[in-house]
Amino acid sequence: MREIPVQDVIDAVAAMCIKANTELPDDVRAKFEQAMAEETSASAREVLRQLLENADLARDTKLPLCQDCGLAVFFVEVGDDVRVVGGNLREAINEGVRKGYADGFLRKSSCHPLTRANTGDGTPAIIHFDMVPGDKLKLVYMAKGGGSENMSRVTMLSPAQGWEGIKKFVVERVAEAGPNPCPPTVIGIGIGGTFDHSAKIAKQSLMRRLDDTHPDPDIAAREKELEDALNDLGIGPMGLGGKTTVLGVKITMEPCHLASLPLAVNVQCHSQRHEEVVL
Amino acid sequence: MAEYTLNTPLTDADVEKLKAGDVVFLNGTIYSARDAAHKKLMELLDAGKELPFDLKGAAIYYVGPSPAPPGRPIGAAGPTTSYRMDTYAPRLHSLGLKATIGKGKRSDEVKAAMREHTGVYFGATGGAGALLSNSIVESTVIAFEELGPEAIRAMKVKDFPLLVINDCHGGELYVKPRLDTAG
Repeated sequence: MREIPVQDVIDAVAAMCIKANTELPDDVRAKFEQAMAEETSASAREVLRQLLENADLARDTKLPLCQDCGLAVFFVEVGDDVRVVGGNLREAINEGVRKGYADGFLRKSSCHPLTRANTGDGTPAIIHFDMVPGDKLKLVYMAKGGGSENMSRVTMLSPAQGWEGIKKFVVERVAEAGPNPCPPTVIGIGIGGTFDHSAKIAKQSLMRRLDDTHPDPDIAAREKELEDALNDLGIGPMGLGGKTTVLGVKITMEPCHLASLPLAVNVQCHSQRHEEVVL
Repeated sequence: MAEYTLNTPLTDADVEKLKAGDVVFLNGTIYSARDAAHKKLMELLDAGKELPFDLKGAAIYYVGPSPAPPGRPIGAAGPTTSYRMDTYAPRLHSLGLKATIGKGKRSDEVKAAMREHTGVYFGATGGAGALLSNSIVESTVIAFEELGPEAIRAMKVKDFPLLVINDCHGGELYVKPRLDTAG
């Protein structure tokens, strides 16, 4: 059994939180540049220009890209043949969040749902654990902003509604959200599972690179179909009109109950801040 | 579309000339307030108490900045989504508020209040928090410090870059999604 000292986890998490919040991922930057080349409207181009300048400034000054440094969301894969020693893994991740959000001057955005009192240190992180073969520990982090999260929805469609019903719901959701979630957005879609699981796999879809292609050609084609339909809405960068309403659509599909067709649409803002590390 | 440089406090004449799509560079002092601070402002008004800043001609910025790192007046400071403050904005406009700054759509009630009380809604680029912080030269917490990022700050701004989203004549810049052609 391979052993990882707990401090290694804390340090890795803290570093990921700071990096994701201050450095725009290269795949997102490439999408901004591609959109800049395709947009003809002056307002769309100006928004994209500002976002690229913002990314340069954040990288150079270490200011966060956005004041909303998100709730810290993690997908963790624990190998069967590895364990963390000297402390508990969940607590280590939370300690890394505390450290990263403090050291990086990141905004702590976690609060009590009713009193709205801030927890003060960015915790608790939202952590999804999975057990996998091997002796590695993989940590994927996302800074999930509230504005785009608020535009997300879960619905239980009837099986008869099928793909057309899914497409209608997604298009109407993005249309209704309009300028609110900081378009051009990334749309994570979970199809199948249960009520809760559809939302989890929708979020997990957002952890993929924007320039990847789904290994299943059928799902890849559906992602493209939705991306084209959403860009046809014409909402554009910050809702000012344009060809780029979404930077990408990522679908995860899993089996569901005979009676159900769960659908989750998780909206992510244009900056798509995420990082991963394998220990 | 015109370009203006304006100073706070804003006058009716400043606001009346603005049309959706105009670019405005704002100078002077603006006040940060978002969800929790607005709730507290309403409690003060309900109790007949004085607000921590003068609403006459004021501009409220819907922002909860990240902490200021050493050597800077403020951290990242881009707009938050405005609709959550729609419940409160009409009352504040009726008491003299001239402008709100945020991102995203406003309700019909807020648009009506802006027409009635000569108000304007500015958009700042969402997610450009680092860039926008460059236009904030000073920031001081003036109320509700316990709210942390949601405290009310007096922010001195220099050429803060804004876009008129909703003007006081009923004009709106946001495009309507083309649902008829999509997919």
